[in-house]
Formats: sequence, structure tokens, C-alpha cells
Amino acid sequence: MDENTRVVYQGLTGSQGRYYGLLNRDYGTQVVAGTNPRKAGTDVDGVPVFATVAEAAAATGATVSCVFIPAPGVPAAVLEAAEAQMELVVVITEGVPAHDEAFVFNKLQRDHPDVRLLGPNCPGIISPGRCNIGITAGHIALPGGPVGIVSRSGTLTYQALYELKQQNIGVTTCVGIGGDPVPGTSFIDCLAAFEADPETRAVMMIGEIGGSAEEEAAEFIAEHMTKPVAAYIAGVTAPPGKKMGHAGAIVSGGKGTAAAKMEALTQAGARVGQNPTEAGELMVDIVAGL
Amino acid sequence: MDLFEHQGKELFARYGLPVPTGEVALSPDEAVAAAARLGLPVVVKAQVHTGGRGKAGGVKVAADIDAVRGHAADILGLDISGHIVERLWIEQASDIAEEYYASFTLDRSARKHLGMLSAQGGVDIETVAARDPEAIARIHIDPVDGLSQPACRHWVRAARIPEDVADAVADALVTLYSAYVDADADLVEVNPLIVTSGGDVVLLDSKVTLDANSTFRHDDYAAYDATQTRDEREQAAHAKSLQYVGLDGTVGVIANGAGLAMSTVDVVNQVGGSAANFLDIGGGANAEVMAGALEVITNDPAVRAILINIFGGITRGEEVANGIIEATGRVDIDSPIVIRLDGTNAAEGLELLEPHLSDQLMMEPTMLDAARRAVELAAAGTPEVQP
Repeated sequence: MDENTRVVYQGLTGSQGRYYGLLNRDYGTQVVAGTNPRKAGTDVDGVPVFATVAEAAAATGATVSCVFIPAPGVPAAVLEAAEAQMELVVVITEGVPAHDEAFVFNKLQRDHPDVRLLGPNCPGIISPGRCNIGITAGHIALPGGPVGIVSRSGTLTYQALYELKQQNIGVTTCVGIGGDPVPGTSFIDCLAAFEADPETRAVMMIGEIGGSAEEEAAEFIAEHMTKPVAAYIAGVTAPPGKKMGHAGAIVSGGKGTAAAKMEALTQAGARVGQNPTEAGELMVDIVAGL
Repeated sequence: MDLFEHQGKELFARYGLPVPTGEVALSPDEAVAAAARLGLPVVVKAQVHTGGRGKAGGVKVAADIDAVRGHAADILGLDISGHIVERLWIEQASDIAEEYYASFTLDRSARKHLGMLSAQGGVDIETVAARDPEAIARIHIDPVDGLSQPACRHWVRAARIPEDVADAVADALVTLYSAYVDADADLVEVNPLIVTSGGDVVLLDSKVTLDANSTFRHDDYAAYDATQTRDEREQAAHAKSLQYVGLDGTVGVIANGAGLAMSTVDVVNQVGGSAANFLDIGGGANAEVMAGALEVITNDPAVRAILINIFGGITRGEEVANGIIEATGRVDIDSPIVIRLDGTNAAEGLELLEPHLSDQLMMEPTMLDAARRAVELAAAGTPEVQP
């Protein structure tokens, strides 16, 4: 993903789609098309609107889709993008039912294994200075590397970008995977990509309570990562049994606690901060030693 | 969204699943009337959103009307793990020959649905898992394929369900899986699923949790939503569609995004304070939402200072600023407010706030600074405890 990546926005004609689509364009992203079957032939501030993703792709060469469609329409929108052979589908929409997410994930794996889904309920992906797809405030990210960021939480992703910028540390790519029960892209997918990316030399990982994604990531770090990892887990002081906003964020039956996740990551060789600022400081230390 | 046992059973019954006949009762008189209609013996069951009812004395069999009245009076008002019993389910007693365990939930690691089945039902499944993990048969179900009858029969045999009832149990489980999918449930658990001495399969208990994100395609969820257990603060926040969890501290927290809100609670606690709540105003929060959030926080008498921590992505700085300005004009706020605002249009937001700053409304550049300031203010605003 770079400054030449051409992106179609499903839902560009809606208020959020329009606002962030045009912000992404201002950032430098190739926002080449929007879709809306009822508004085909019109344009959004000069960006042509097509009836379908397939038509948009044929006319503009788009290879990535960004979805701002309301939750009930998300499964159909993702499958439409996959059928139009998008390489990456980024779903910003929040509030998608977990059963829909599970269905779409498995459907893609079976029928469209080459399509990468990011989200739903995620802030998107930004390659600072090159391309911003989603709702990340681009100006808080310092281009250049050497750090890659992967985060389960939207606003904590921004917090991480901000902490690194305060420390004058650049970012190669920042991926928000979202806090929903069935994210299209996992921590491990991103860690593997960062391990393989020559420009990324260290990784910042931000998790939260609930589920076991962080523990699985820790296992991957221990076995496969040669690059250093700094981590932070939100919800250190969260009480058990209370769902903290995200569908996934709940400590129940002693499982999914921040303490267990931090322990697993520490055991795996990651350096774990108690808050985002501390994780940023650990990254300063890591980058100084690269 | 958790359902009461009877709501879960009513949901199962709509799919033709066999459940005992019963009625809701809110008083001993209603319990007696229900028992008279149902026929004795009956079981009087506490309806609460928590487990361990049996051990707490919340489930009792009554052979005669006096016993129904007595049990109903005993169980109503009972405190079961902090849940006060306000409603009962009176149902015809079942003649239990065998007790099994069955559940469906989403396995987030496998990203598939997970069915769990055991011939050792009627006890806590975690106890079974610890004592005899082999006794639980697991099946991963691809949501695209669903649960086929042959796959289900194979699963039932793996769980060592006796051969004479295996097919009947399998049929019930195929239907239960349909109910789980159709209802957009996060969890359906039946413990016990019984076989009567007459050989009938009956779903004797239900634990159902529904996915609140699917409300748009379930008109009946509004009724379930009305019976959720929430404290007064949580109820007020819920009415305003805010993600709120009540905590025990003195610093009211408002943040955007679940992760940042959790992190803000963490930082407040780490710098020597204590958060009064978790409150996520979500993405795209406008002035109306911010005003509502401040109202909810202000209504908590324990709050001594308010920390607003906003990092704009989908939330825009000027909207947040306008919301704070409007709310401070509209809501009577005693506690000082500390604001940390960054991200999309933060500069515009800060400019709007500038003329309104005072010793009741202040800004700090970072999350840590803002948390420290709010904690200091909360400590200063907390009355000394008289010895």
C-alpha cells in the first residue's frame, strides 16, 4: 500500500464517507471512486460515483475498497468488493453483528482467499506520508519508520501515533484491526507482515482486555519475531464481568485479564508499558538501540 | 444483552424446542395462581442474570400450594451474587432421568461457532472441564455451512450420549443451533438438557445472551432490553445510548473509544486517583452526546472532578468543544472539568474552548497531565472524613 494505491469508497455519498473520503484524498490517498447504486453518474467533490465496485474498478483501476456503509449493509458490501477482486477491504463501520462478521470472514476464506479484510469497527490503515485509508487523523503520524503499529483500539491507535510523534519516532504503517469479536485481520497477520517488511524494524502493539488474541500474538512473537516489540494493554484496572464498550472487551471467569496478557507478552520477550506514554518511552529505548 | 431463563425458554419454544410449561410471577399470590393453573408439583425458580441460583436457594420444588407460597416468599428479594430477585418462573416439575449439557457460542480464536456437549450435565461445566475434559465434546461449525444433521449426530455420539436418545438429542441441537443463529445470540447454554423417564428430550434451563449490535433486525429485543439489570447511573447512560460502566471512584471519566476510555480509567487509577466510571461516547460524538455524557457524570454524587479525554479520529475537535460549552451552560456542574483534546480538528476545538477556561474548566496537553490534574482536583474536592 503506497501513494499509488487506488481506493474506492463504498458509501462515499454518506456524511461520514464523504467527510473521511475527502480527508483521505487531502492526505494524498488516490481516492478514485465512490459507489452508490442510486447515485451512479454523479460525483462527490469531483470523485466519480459508480453503481457497483466492479464498475468502479473497471473504470478507475481501484484495487482497495474502504467501506462506510451502515452496519446492516456491511456483509453485502464486503462480498461485493471481494467479487470485484479488491485486494484489501477496509471496513470502518461499527455495530456489525458478530454472526455477520463470522459469516463474512469464513465466506471470504473459502471463496476469496486472496482478499484481505480489515475491520469491521476499525480506524483503518495509514502509511504515513503516503496513503491514509480510514478515519485516522493523518497529521498525528510522523512518516518514515522504523516503527510499525498494530492496535485493537481505534482511539488508542491515535494515542500511540501521537506518543511516537512526541518522541520524534516515525511510523512505516499503522494498522487498526478493531475491537470486534471477529476481526478480518488479526494481530498475528500484522506482526507477520511487519516481520517481513524491511522498512519496519520495531513494532508497537496495543491490545485490550477480553478474548485471547493478545496471548496468541505473544506466542507468535516468541516463535517468529526477530524484531523488538513494545506493547500496551488497556483495561489494567477493569473490573471483571463488565463489558467495556467493545463487544470483545470483558474479563470473565478470570480469563482475558490485562495482567495475563501483559505476562504472556513479557514472557514472549516484548516490553510492556503500564500506560500508552510508558509504552512510547519503551519504544524510544528500543529505537535508540536499533 | 442477557435474557432471563424464562425469556430464553420462550425463545426456544418459538423454534418448537421442548421446554417445560410455566408462567412468570412477581409475588407469592401470582406464584400460587400460576401453580394452580399449571398443576402440582411445580418448581419455583428465581429469575436473575447470574448463575449459581440453585446453591443460593433460588430454585425450589413445591409439592403443594403452601409450599409454593412459602418458596415464592423466600426467593423473592433474595440476593444472589448481588442480584436481587424480583421475578419468579413457576414451571411444571420435570421427571429427570438423565442430565446433559449443551451450548453454542462464538469461538473468537477459531473464528467459527463452537458447540459444546457433555453427558455430564446439571453441574457447572467449568467443574466438568477441570475434572474430566474428555467428557466435553466440541464441534466447530463454519457459519457458511451451518450445523448439518449428520455432523450433529456424530458430535452427539462423541459426547457419549446414550444411543437410545442420541438422535432425538441431535435433532434438538440442530434446532437449537438455528435458534442461536437466527436470534443473533452470543451464547445459548442449556444446562441441563434432560431426558425424562418417559424418554423425552426437554430443555430444562436456558442461558441466552444476545448481540446488542443485531437489534436492527430484531424488533422483539426492545422487550428484553427493558429487563436488563443496570444500576441507576447505568440506566441513565443507557437511555442516552452511552457506553457506561459504573465504578467506585471520584474522577468522572469521559473518553471517545472503548480503548481510550479504558486506558483513561487505568491512568487515573495509576496516578493515585480512582475513576468513578468508564464512559465511551463513541465515534462521531456531537454536542448533544457530550452534553448527555456530562449530565450522566454529574448525577453521580461521588464525582469530585471530571476528566474529558478525547482523541479525535471520527470525532471532531470542534464538535467536542461545542458540546462541552453547550453542556456547561445547560447542565449544573459542580465538579471542575479537565479537558485533554487531540486529533482531528483539535486546534479548532481548543480555540473554541479558550475563552471559556476558568478554575472550573481547564485544559492539559497530555493524557497523563490531565489525569494528574483531575486526581488532584478530586482529592481537593473530597470532604475530609471526620474521625
